[in-house]
Amino acid sequence: MKLKALTAMAALLVAPAAFAGGADDDTLVINGEIEMTTKADAPEHMEGTGIDQVISGWHFRADETQQIQMDDFENQGMIFVDQAINTWNTAEGSAGQSCADCHNDPESMAGVTATYPKWNEDAGEVRTVQMQVNDCRVNRMGAEPWPYDAAPAINMEALIASQSRGMPVDVAIDGPAAETWEQGKDIYYTRYGQLELACASCHEENYGNYIRADHLSQGQINGFPTYRLKNAKLNGAHSRFKGCVRDTRAETFATGSPEFVALELYVKSRGNGLSVEGPSVRN
Amino acid sequence: MASGVRPRVKVPSTASAGETVTIKTLISHQMESGQRKDSEGNTIPRSIINRFHVTFNDETVIDVKMEPAISTNPYFEFEAKVPESGTFQFTWYDDDGSVYEDSAEITVG
Repeated sequence: MKLKALTAMAALLVAPAAFAGGADDDTLVINGEIEMTTKADAPEHMEGTGIDQVISGWHFRADETQQIQMDDFENQGMIFVDQAINTWNTAEGSAGQSCADCHNDPESMAGVTATYPKWNEDAGEVRTVQMQVNDCRVNRMGAEPWPYDAAPAINMEALIASQSRGMPVDVAIDGPAAETWEQGKDIYYTRYGQLELACASCHEENYGNYIRADHLSQGQINGFPTYRLKNAKLNGAHSRFKGCVRDTRAETFATGSPEFVALELYVKSRGNGLSVEGPSVRN
Repeated sequence: MASGVRPRVKVPSTASAGETVTIKTLISHQMESGQRKDSEGNTIPRSIINRFHVTFNDETVIDVKMEPAISTNPYFEFEAKVPESGTFQFTWYDDDGSVYEDSAEITVG
Protein backbone atom coordinates (compact mmCIF):
# COMPACT_ATOMS: atom_id res chain seq x y z
CA MET A 1 0.00 0.00 0.00
CA LYS A 2 2.69 2.42 1.01
CA LEU A 3 4.72 1.45 -2.02
CA LYS A 4 1.76 2.09 -4.25
CA ALA A 5 1.26 5.56 -2.82
CA LEU A 6 4.91 6.37 -3.34
CA THR A 7 4.75 5.21 -6.93
CA ALA A 8 1.72 7.38 -7.53
CA MET A 9 3.55 10.35 -6.07
CA ALA A 10 6.56 9.69 -8.25
CA ALA A 11 4.30 9.52 -11.29
CA LEU A 12 2.79 12.86 -10.36
CA LEU A 13 6.21 14.40 -10.02
CA VAL A 14 7.40 13.07 -13.35
CA ALA A 15 4.26 13.80 -15.33
CA PRO A 16 4.52 17.62 -15.50
CA ALA A 17 8.09 17.36 -16.78
CA ALA A 18 7.01 15.14 -19.65
CA PHE A 19 4.10 17.47 -20.30
CA ALA A 20 6.08 20.72 -20.28
CA GLY A 21 9.10 19.30 -22.03
CA GLY A 22 10.42 22.62 -23.37
CA ALA A 23 11.81 22.80 -26.88
CA ASP A 24 11.67 19.68 -29.02
CA ASP A 25 14.48 18.24 -31.14
CA ASP A 26 12.90 18.42 -34.59
CA THR A 27 14.78 19.80 -37.59
CA LEU A 28 13.39 22.59 -39.71
CA VAL A 29 13.98 22.27 -43.45
CA ILE A 30 11.78 24.34 -45.75
CA ASN A 31 10.61 22.89 -49.06
CA GLY A 32 13.20 20.15 -48.53
CA GLU A 33 15.84 22.75 -49.47
CA ILE A 34 16.44 25.56 -47.01
CA GLU A 35 18.04 24.25 -43.84
CA MET A 36 17.33 26.42 -40.85
CA THR A 37 19.43 26.99 -37.77
CA THR A 38 16.80 26.91 -35.05
CA LYS A 39 19.12 26.43 -32.10
CA ALA A 40 22.36 28.34 -31.65
CA ASP A 41 24.83 29.32 -28.97
CA ALA A 42 23.59 32.42 -27.22
CA PRO A 43 25.29 35.64 -28.37
CA GLU A 44 27.93 37.09 -26.06
CA HIS A 45 25.78 39.91 -24.75
CA MET A 46 23.43 37.37 -23.17
CA GLU A 47 26.04 36.19 -20.71
CA GLY A 48 24.55 36.23 -17.24
CA THR A 49 20.97 35.76 -18.42
CA GLY A 50 21.06 32.05 -17.71
CA ILE A 51 20.39 31.24 -21.35
CA ASP A 52 23.28 29.55 -23.12
CA GLN A 53 21.33 28.39 -26.15
CA VAL A 54 18.89 30.49 -28.16
CA ILE A 55 15.95 28.57 -29.58
CA SER A 56 13.51 29.48 -32.32
CA GLY A 57 9.85 29.65 -31.35
CA TRP A 58 9.27 26.93 -33.95
CA HIS A 59 10.49 24.33 -31.43
CA PHE A 60 7.78 25.24 -28.96
CA ARG A 61 4.89 24.63 -31.33
CA ALA A 62 2.92 21.44 -32.00
CA ASP A 63 4.06 19.08 -34.76
CA GLU A 64 1.06 19.97 -36.93
CA THR A 65 1.88 23.67 -36.75
CA GLN A 66 5.57 23.03 -37.36
CA GLN A 67 4.77 21.03 -40.46
CA ILE A 68 2.81 23.85 -42.08
CA GLN A 69 5.94 26.00 -42.07
CA MET A 70 8.01 23.30 -43.76
CA ASP A 71 6.23 23.63 -47.11
CA ASP A 72 5.64 26.98 -48.78
CA PHE A 73 2.50 25.58 -50.33
CA GLU A 74 0.93 24.95 -46.95
CA ASN A 75 2.41 28.06 -45.33
CA GLN A 76 -0.41 30.52 -45.79
CA GLY A 77 1.96 33.35 -44.95
CA MET A 78 3.20 32.90 -48.51
CA ILE A 79 -0.18 34.03 -49.84
CA PHE A 80 0.58 37.44 -48.40
CA VAL A 81 4.10 37.35 -49.81
CA ASP A 82 2.51 36.82 -53.23
CA GLN A 83 0.29 39.84 -52.66
CA ALA A 84 3.37 41.87 -51.76
CA ILE A 85 5.06 40.83 -55.01
CA ASN A 86 2.17 42.49 -56.87
CA THR A 87 2.64 45.61 -54.75
CA TRP A 88 6.39 45.49 -55.40
CA ASN A 89 5.75 45.72 -59.14
CA THR A 90 3.00 48.35 -58.98
CA ALA A 91 3.89 52.01 -59.50
CA GLU A 92 2.42 54.31 -56.84
CA GLY A 93 2.67 57.98 -55.87
CA SER A 94 3.53 61.17 -57.68
CA ALA A 95 6.87 59.88 -59.02
CA GLY A 96 5.11 57.03 -60.83
CA GLN A 97 7.60 54.52 -59.56
CA SER A 98 7.36 51.03 -58.09
CA CYS A 99 9.77 49.23 -55.77
CA ALA A 100 10.97 47.26 -58.79
CA ASP A 101 12.05 50.41 -60.66
CA CYS A 102 14.96 50.93 -58.25
CA HIS A 103 15.42 47.55 -56.61
CA ASN A 104 14.72 45.22 -59.58
CA ASP A 105 13.69 41.79 -58.30
CA PRO A 106 12.73 41.22 -54.68
CA GLU A 107 15.79 38.90 -54.56
CA SER A 108 17.87 42.08 -54.27
CA MET A 109 16.54 42.32 -50.70
CA ALA A 110 18.42 39.17 -49.62
CA GLY A 111 20.18 39.78 -46.32
CA VAL A 112 18.18 42.88 -45.37
CA THR A 113 16.01 41.28 -42.70
CA ALA A 114 19.06 39.58 -41.16
CA THR A 115 20.60 42.93 -40.24
CA TYR A 116 17.54 45.07 -39.41
CA PRO A 117 16.72 47.05 -37.26
CA LYS A 118 19.80 49.01 -38.28
CA TRP A 119 21.36 52.39 -37.65
CA ASN A 120 20.64 54.86 -40.46
CA GLU A 121 23.42 57.43 -40.61
CA ASP A 122 21.51 60.07 -42.61
CA ALA A 123 18.43 59.92 -40.44
CA GLY A 124 20.44 59.59 -37.21
CA GLU A 125 18.20 56.85 -35.86
CA VAL A 126 17.76 53.10 -35.75
CA ARG A 127 15.30 52.02 -38.41
CA THR A 128 13.17 48.94 -38.91
CA VAL A 129 12.42 47.47 -42.34
CA GLN A 130 8.98 49.08 -42.31
CA MET A 131 10.42 52.51 -41.52
CA GLN A 132 12.84 52.14 -44.40
CA VAL A 133 10.06 51.05 -46.76
CA ASN A 134 8.01 54.08 -45.76
CA ASP A 135 11.02 56.33 -46.30
CA CYS A 136 11.17 55.00 -49.87
CA ARG A 137 7.44 55.47 -50.33
CA VAL A 138 7.41 59.07 -49.12
CA ASN A 139 10.71 60.41 -50.42
CA ARG A 140 11.27 58.45 -53.61
CA MET A 141 7.80 57.45 -54.76
CA GLY A 142 5.81 60.41 -53.47
CA ALA A 143 3.28 57.98 -52.02
CA GLU A 144 1.44 57.85 -48.70
CA PRO A 145 3.31 56.01 -45.94
CA TRP A 146 1.70 52.79 -44.73
CA PRO A 147 0.46 52.73 -41.13
CA TYR A 148 2.76 50.59 -39.01
CA ASP A 149 1.98 46.84 -39.18
CA ALA A 150 -1.00 47.49 -41.51
CA ALA A 151 -1.65 44.74 -44.05
CA PRO A 152 0.33 46.16 -47.01
CA ALA A 153 3.27 47.07 -44.77
CA ILE A 154 3.47 43.73 -43.02
CA ASN A 155 3.05 41.85 -46.30
CA MET A 156 5.95 43.80 -47.79
CA GLU A 157 8.04 43.11 -44.71
CA ALA A 158 7.29 39.40 -45.17
CA LEU A 159 8.34 39.52 -48.83
CA ILE A 160 11.62 41.14 -47.82
CA ALA A 161 12.10 38.67 -44.95
CA SER A 162 11.44 35.69 -47.21
CA GLN A 163 14.47 36.67 -49.30
CA SER A 164 16.72 36.17 -46.26
CA ARG A 165 15.36 32.84 -45.10
CA GLY A 166 18.12 30.59 -43.84
CA MET A 167 20.57 33.44 -43.31
CA PRO A 168 21.71 33.99 -39.72
CA VAL A 169 20.30 36.99 -37.85
CA ASP A 170 23.17 39.41 -37.31
CA VAL A 171 22.04 42.80 -36.05
CA ALA A 172 24.66 45.30 -34.91
CA ILE A 173 24.33 46.35 -31.28
CA ASP A 174 27.49 48.40 -30.96
CA GLY A 175 28.52 51.78 -32.37
CA PRO A 176 25.71 54.27 -32.94
CA ALA A 177 23.03 51.62 -32.36
CA ALA A 178 24.26 50.96 -28.81
CA GLU A 179 22.12 53.63 -27.17
CA THR A 180 18.91 52.35 -28.74
CA TRP A 181 19.90 48.80 -27.89
CA GLU A 182 20.37 49.72 -24.21
CA GLN A 183 16.95 51.37 -24.23
CA GLY A 184 15.46 48.17 -25.64
CA LYS A 185 17.22 46.12 -22.97
CA ASP A 186 15.78 48.36 -20.25
CA ILE A 187 12.29 47.82 -21.62
CA TYR A 188 12.88 44.05 -21.79
CA TYR A 189 13.67 43.93 -18.07
CA THR A 190 11.05 46.47 -16.92
CA ARG A 191 7.96 45.05 -15.26
CA TYR A 192 4.79 46.49 -16.79
CA GLY A 193 1.12 46.48 -15.92
CA GLN A 194 -0.98 45.34 -13.02
CA LEU A 195 0.54 41.89 -13.32
CA GLU A 196 4.02 43.38 -13.10
CA LEU A 197 5.52 41.21 -15.79
CA ALA A 198 8.64 41.98 -17.79
CA CYS A 199 9.46 40.28 -21.10
CA ALA A 200 12.10 38.39 -19.11
CA SER A 201 9.58 37.09 -16.57
CA CYS A 202 8.11 34.76 -19.17
CA HIS A 203 10.60 34.46 -22.00
CA GLU A 204 13.85 34.32 -20.07
CA GLU A 205 12.94 32.78 -16.73
CA ASN A 206 10.10 30.51 -17.78
CA TYR A 207 10.45 29.51 -21.42
CA GLY A 208 9.41 25.91 -21.94
CA ASN A 209 6.85 26.16 -19.15
CA TYR A 210 3.16 26.71 -19.63
CA ILE A 211 1.35 29.92 -18.78
CA ARG A 212 -2.12 28.47 -18.46
CA ALA A 213 -2.56 26.72 -21.84
CA ASP A 214 0.21 28.54 -23.69
CA HIS A 215 3.63 27.06 -24.16
CA LEU A 216 6.14 29.83 -23.50
CA SER A 217 8.94 30.25 -26.02
CA GLN A 218 12.03 32.38 -25.68
CA GLY A 219 10.15 35.15 -27.48
CA GLN A 220 12.54 35.15 -30.41
CA ILE A 221 11.52 37.31 -33.38
CA ASN A 222 13.68 35.68 -36.07
CA GLY A 223 10.45 34.23 -37.54
CA PHE A 224 8.60 37.53 -37.95
CA PRO A 225 6.39 38.46 -39.70
CA THR A 226 4.48 35.44 -38.43
CA TYR A 227 1.39 33.84 -39.87
CA ARG A 228 -0.79 33.04 -36.87
CA LEU A 229 -3.46 30.37 -37.09
CA LYS A 230 -5.58 32.31 -34.59
CA ASN A 231 -6.14 35.30 -36.87
CA ALA A 232 -5.19 33.89 -40.31
CA LYS A 233 -2.93 36.77 -41.26
CA LEU A 234 0.61 38.01 -40.91
CA ASN A 235 1.54 39.60 -37.60
CA GLY A 236 4.36 42.05 -37.01
CA ALA A 237 6.79 42.00 -34.11
CA HIS A 238 5.45 45.31 -32.78
CA SER A 239 1.88 44.00 -32.80
CA ARG A 240 3.12 40.97 -30.89
CA PHE A 241 4.90 43.19 -28.36
CA LYS A 242 1.73 45.19 -28.00
CA GLY A 243 -0.28 42.03 -27.35
CA CYS A 244 2.20 40.92 -24.70
CA VAL A 245 2.27 44.28 -22.91
CA ARG A 246 -1.52 44.43 -23.04
CA ASP A 247 -1.68 40.98 -21.44
CA THR A 248 0.24 42.34 -18.47
CA ARG A 249 -2.70 44.76 -18.09
CA ALA A 250 -0.64 47.80 -18.96
CA GLU A 251 -1.12 50.71 -21.31
CA THR A 252 1.02 49.67 -24.26
CA PHE A 253 3.37 51.55 -26.53
CA ALA A 254 2.17 52.08 -30.09
CA THR A 255 3.36 50.00 -33.03
CA GLY A 256 6.19 51.88 -34.69
CA SER A 257 6.95 53.87 -31.52
CA PRO A 258 10.61 54.54 -30.62
CA GLU A 259 10.18 52.25 -27.59
CA PHE A 260 9.15 49.28 -29.73
CA VAL A 261 11.85 50.01 -32.32
CA ALA A 262 14.38 49.81 -29.50
CA LEU A 263 12.78 46.65 -28.13
CA GLU A 264 12.75 45.09 -31.60
CA LEU A 265 16.49 45.74 -31.93
CA TYR A 266 17.19 44.25 -28.52
CA VAL A 267 14.98 41.18 -28.92
CA LYS A 268 16.28 40.55 -32.42
CA SER A 269 19.85 40.72 -31.10
CA ARG A 270 18.97 37.94 -28.64
CA GLY A 271 18.41 35.80 -31.73
CA ASN A 272 21.74 36.59 -33.38
CA GLY A 273 22.83 33.29 -34.93
CA LEU A 274 19.35 31.88 -35.55
CA SER A 275 18.10 31.73 -39.14
CA VAL A 276 15.66 34.27 -40.51
CA GLU A 277 12.40 32.32 -40.82
CA GLY A 278 9.86 34.95 -41.88
CA PRO A 279 7.11 34.33 -42.72
CA SER A 280 6.93 31.63 -40.06
CA VAL A 281 3.81 29.83 -38.83
CA ARG A 282 2.72 29.90 -35.21
CA ASN A 283 -0.53 29.32 -33.37
CA MET B 1 -16.80 41.13 -54.84
CA ALA B 2 -13.85 39.06 -53.82
CA SER B 3 -10.44 40.50 -54.56
CA GLY B 4 -6.98 39.00 -54.56
CA VAL B 5 -8.27 35.54 -55.33
CA ARG B 6 -5.54 33.24 -56.56
CA PRO B 7 -5.84 29.46 -56.87
CA ARG B 8 -2.83 27.22 -56.38
CA VAL B 9 -2.52 23.49 -56.86
CA LYS B 10 0.24 20.98 -56.22
CA VAL B 11 0.12 17.74 -58.17
CA PRO B 12 3.09 15.43 -58.80
CA SER B 13 4.17 15.59 -62.44
CA THR B 14 4.62 11.84 -62.80
CA ALA B 15 3.11 8.69 -61.31
CA SER B 16 2.98 4.98 -62.03
CA ALA B 17 -0.24 3.45 -63.35
CA GLY B 18 -2.83 2.93 -60.62
CA GLU B 19 -0.77 4.86 -58.08
CA THR B 20 -2.53 6.92 -55.44
CA VAL B 21 -1.18 10.47 -55.44
CA THR B 22 -1.68 13.26 -52.94
CA ILE B 23 -3.06 16.50 -54.29
CA LYS B 24 -2.96 19.80 -52.44
CA THR B 25 -5.01 22.86 -53.32
CA LEU B 26 -5.24 26.29 -51.79
CA ILE B 27 -7.19 29.32 -52.90
CA SER B 28 -6.79 32.75 -51.36
CA HIS B 29 -10.26 34.05 -50.56
CA GLN B 30 -11.68 36.02 -47.64
CA MET B 31 -14.66 33.62 -47.17
CA GLU B 32 -16.87 36.29 -45.60
CA SER B 33 -19.50 34.36 -43.68
CA GLY B 34 -22.35 36.87 -43.76
CA GLN B 35 -22.59 36.65 -39.96
CA ARG B 36 -20.25 39.53 -39.18
CA LYS B 37 -20.98 43.22 -38.78
CA ASP B 38 -18.83 46.20 -39.69
CA SER B 39 -17.98 49.08 -37.33
CA GLU B 40 -21.30 50.80 -38.12
CA GLY B 41 -23.27 47.70 -37.23
CA ASN B 42 -24.24 46.82 -40.79
CA THR B 43 -24.09 43.18 -41.81
CA ILE B 44 -21.17 42.42 -44.10
CA PRO B 45 -22.75 40.47 -46.96
CA ARG B 46 -21.81 36.83 -47.38
CA SER B 47 -19.16 36.21 -50.00
CA ILE B 48 -17.72 32.73 -50.08
CA ILE B 49 -16.67 30.03 -52.49
CA ASN B 50 -19.61 27.66 -52.39
CA ARG B 51 -18.39 24.77 -54.51
CA PHE B 52 -15.08 23.12 -55.34
CA HIS B 53 -15.02 20.60 -58.16
CA VAL B 54 -12.10 18.49 -59.40
CA THR B 55 -12.13 16.30 -62.48
CA PHE B 56 -9.55 13.98 -64.01
CA ASN B 57 -9.94 13.53 -67.75
CA ASP B 58 -13.52 14.84 -67.38
CA GLU B 59 -14.35 12.32 -64.67
CA THR B 60 -15.27 13.77 -61.26
CA VAL B 61 -12.73 13.16 -58.51
CA ILE B 62 -14.31 15.24 -55.76
CA ASP B 63 -17.18 17.68 -55.68
CA VAL B 64 -17.45 19.70 -52.48
CA LYS B 65 -20.32 21.90 -51.34
CA MET B 66 -18.79 24.61 -49.19
CA GLU B 67 -20.50 26.43 -46.35
CA PRO B 68 -19.96 29.80 -44.59
CA ALA B 69 -18.20 28.27 -41.58
CA ILE B 70 -15.19 27.32 -43.71
CA SER B 71 -12.27 29.53 -42.83
CA THR B 72 -10.40 32.00 -44.99
CA ASN B 73 -8.06 30.71 -47.71
CA PRO B 74 -9.59 27.23 -47.95
CA TYR B 75 -7.05 24.41 -48.24
CA PHE B 76 -7.96 20.97 -49.51
CA GLU B 77 -5.72 17.94 -49.54
CA PHE B 78 -6.96 14.66 -50.96
CA GLU B 79 -5.78 11.49 -52.66
CA ALA B 80 -6.64 10.26 -56.13
CA LYS B 81 -5.83 7.08 -58.01
CA VAL B 82 -4.28 7.80 -61.37
CA PRO B 83 -4.95 5.09 -63.99
CA GLU B 84 -3.45 6.92 -66.98
CA SER B 85 -1.80 10.15 -68.11
CA GLY B 86 -4.12 13.08 -68.10
CA THR B 87 -5.21 16.42 -66.70
CA PHE B 88 -6.62 17.37 -63.36
CA GLN B 89 -9.03 20.26 -63.75
CA PHE B 90 -9.82 22.32 -60.65
CA THR B 91 -12.80 24.68 -60.48
CA TRP B 92 -13.92 26.95 -57.65
CA TYR B 93 -17.35 28.67 -57.79
CA ASP B 94 -17.74 32.02 -56.04
CA ASP B 95 -20.99 33.43 -54.62
CA ASP B 96 -20.62 36.41 -56.95
CA GLY B 97 -20.69 34.15 -60.02
CA SER B 98 -16.94 34.21 -60.61
CA VAL B 99 -15.33 30.92 -61.55
CA TYR B 100 -11.67 30.30 -60.80
CA GLU B 101 -9.88 27.56 -62.67
CA ASP B 102 -6.55 25.81 -62.60
CA SER B 103 -5.25 22.60 -64.10
CA ALA B 104 -2.32 20.25 -63.77
CA GLU B 105 -0.93 17.56 -66.07
CA ILE B 106 0.25 14.22 -64.76
CA THR B 107 2.21 11.69 -66.81
CA VAL B 108 1.92 7.98 -66.10
CA GLY B 109 5.10 6.25 -67.21
